[in-house]
Amino acid sequence: MVDQQNTRKRTIDIVNASLKRRYARERRFKAMGLGAVILGLLFVSALFVDIFSKGYTAFVQTHIELEVYFDPAVIDPEGRRDLDEISRADFRKIARAPLAKLFPEVTGRRDRLALYSILSSGAPYQLLDMVKDDIGVIGQTRTIDLIADDDVDMLVKGHIDRDTAAADRRVNDTMIGWIDRLEQLGLVKKKFNTRFFTNGDSREPELAGIGGAAAGSFYTLLVTLALSFPIGVAAAIYLEEFAPKNRWTDLIEVNINNLAAVPSIVFGLLGLAMFINLFGLPRSAPLVGGLVLTLMTLPTLIIASRAALKSVPPSIREAALGVGASKMQTVFHHVLPLAMPGMLTGTIIGMAQALGETAPLLMIGMVAFIVDIPGGPFDPSTVLPVQVYLWADSPERAFVERTSAAIIVLLAFLIAMNTFAVIMRRRFERRW
Amino acid sequence: MITADTVAAEGELTGTKTRSERGSKALDNDFETVGNVRVADPRMTCTDVNVYYGDKHAIKNCSLDIAQNQVVAMIGPSGCGKSTFLRCLNRMNDTIDSCRVTGEIKLDDQDIYDKRLDVVPLRAQVGMVFQKPNPFPKSIYDNIAYGPRIHGLASNRTELDEIVESSLTKAGLWEEVKDRLDQPGTGLSGGQQQRLCIARTIAVEPEVILMDEPCSALDPIATAKVEELIDELRANYTIAIVTHSMQQAARVSQRTAYFHLGNLVEVGETTQIFTNPRHKLTEDYITGRFG
Repeated sequence: MVDQQNTRKRTIDIVNASLKRRYARERRFKAMGLGAVILGLLFVSALFVDIFSKGYTAFVQTHIELEVYFDPAVIDPEGRRDLDEISRADFRKIARAPLAKLFPEVTGRRDRLALYSILSSGAPYQLLDMVKDDIGVIGQTRTIDLIADDDVDMLVKGHIDRDTAAADRRVNDTMIGWIDRLEQLGLVKKKFNTRFFTNGDSREPELAGIGGAAAGSFYTLLVTLALSFPIGVAAAIYLEEFAPKNRWTDLIEVNINNLAAVPSIVFGLLGLAMFINLFGLPRSAPLVGGLVLTLMTLPTLIIASRAALKSVPPSIREAALGVGASKMQTVFHHVLPLAMPGMLTGTIIGMAQALGETAPLLMIGMVAFIVDIPGGPFDPSTVLPVQVYLWADSPERAFVERTSAAIIVLLAFLIAMNTFAVIMRRRFERRW
Repeated sequence: MITADTVAAEGELTGTKTRSERGSKALDNDFETVGNVRVADPRMTCTDVNVYYGDKHAIKNCSLDIAQNQVVAMIGPSGCGKSTFLRCLNRMNDTIDSCRVTGEIKLDDQDIYDKRLDVVPLRAQVGMVFQKPNPFPKSIYDNIAYGPRIHGLASNRTELDEIVESSLTKAGLWEEVKDRLDQPGTGLSGGQQQRLCIARTIAVEPEVILMDEPCSALDPIATAKVEELIDELRANYTIAIVTHSMQQAARVSQRTAYFHLGNLVEVGETTQIFTNPRHKLTEDYITGRFG
């Protein structure tokens, strides 16, 4: 008895002595973990703040409010109201006339051209589209907000520093004078930039939009989803539930894990060699992009799906088998519904990865400059991250903010997808 | 209360030399079971069953009859192979890749390990209740209706309703759940879940029911209910039950089989096994000398 008490006392002394060290270690670990999280958040917020501060201005676009007279003598001199003929008319003249009227003192040919360059080269098309919409405007005068040139846009938004030497500036002093006068007259307006979302790519930053790239991304992801989800889930179910466990399935597993780590550009090369050169599928098409991204996301999806299947407790399988369900019924009635949330999460994460993928698409020609918005998975197109890459490469100052804006849109999609994945998981998670 | 189980467990932990020596000594491979393994009206007949998990010889030359409308209890220390033996009876061991079974197990003169035999109808005939209650994460109704549905036992909704009601009634659960059949089966208490699983098993009207420690996760009251239920089910079904509790074996079974390290040591009438065991190992186990 005495012996035991002594032992107990000693134990408690030892415990007490070590307690301080143990708690200190715990505190250190907690602090390190917290530090890591804070560091991560810091980097992410720095990235977000940087991108947003550079990009938010792209969502508005400078317009010049002008009284435009749709001169029938220029648009439709013969008065036939034939749209084909009207399309060939010189709308530049129509767009430029009100500017000339506002600045009657500008006379020389060279000065006039400089003055006209306030307007975007897309402004005449804006007017043509109005005529196409309503042929009745011919002969009338309308107050229209015409798109300004990107240099004007940059000046108005303050991205061009007026203090730099005139020679180093894209906009000279005369131009600044004109714009200041327009601003005094209240004719310079900043409007929400719908073109940024609806237009395809363009050499003119003020006309360039992500519409084409977004459509391309949409078709590419559609193809990727349509192929990778059924193939990935089927492969995972077979490997996890039906395949015998032997050396061959081990080999397959190792190779799937290897594929997940292969650099994505290699998949691009494979796509180029196989889908385009061998099978003769169209270049730059979302179909090929989708096929390549399918190859790339499949390993991720299979691994996630297998993990989801593995996490279904064996007792459920035994319960189903015990009442006489066949293997197939067990899997499809019980295991798959329970594994589905995990599989969907894996799929959405795979899709998000595919949405942000650039390198393999460069290899299959989705990096081309494409103005038209693709109408289907066979039309040449580009995708959002490639558009970011293309714009980041462009020298115009206005493309800087558009690059950031495109990244914002891409991030918004990614955040939406990942949020959806989390919600799905929460929603369908079952406890037992 | 100190049960034989706890004594056995302590024996394992403290393990004086003599006890562990006596307990872990493996019997010869050609050991012959004490007592009569055959019965007059067998439902299932097992002859020279051997089970291997990879290289491990888990069941050695066991022969045992399971009699019609009787409860046979299988007892023995942990790892003695009683669950493995039970799982052979409806080929549940097929799900384990490394498992290999030799010998002959017959259900009504049909060899269930015949290559041509389909396990789906076999498992419909030989139902199983597991150690841990494992209701499907579906409604109570769907839990019961699942088996009849996949086997096509009911031709319409009314028949299915009847099957669900009668199964739950037989399992003594109907009164407790009749107002909430659409609620998830996983929301029931442990004892109710286990009775739900028994109801699910009897919904497909099997002929033999295998129970693998059905009460090990239940409290004494729920255990009493399940034991009562087993006793009632005996009238219509043939039951084989694995249990860790010797009291339970004594209460519910008519015959008892004692397993030891893969050997079937002794088989006999339950009263005889518990009052007058013939083999030394059986006696040591039921008197709690080792576990």
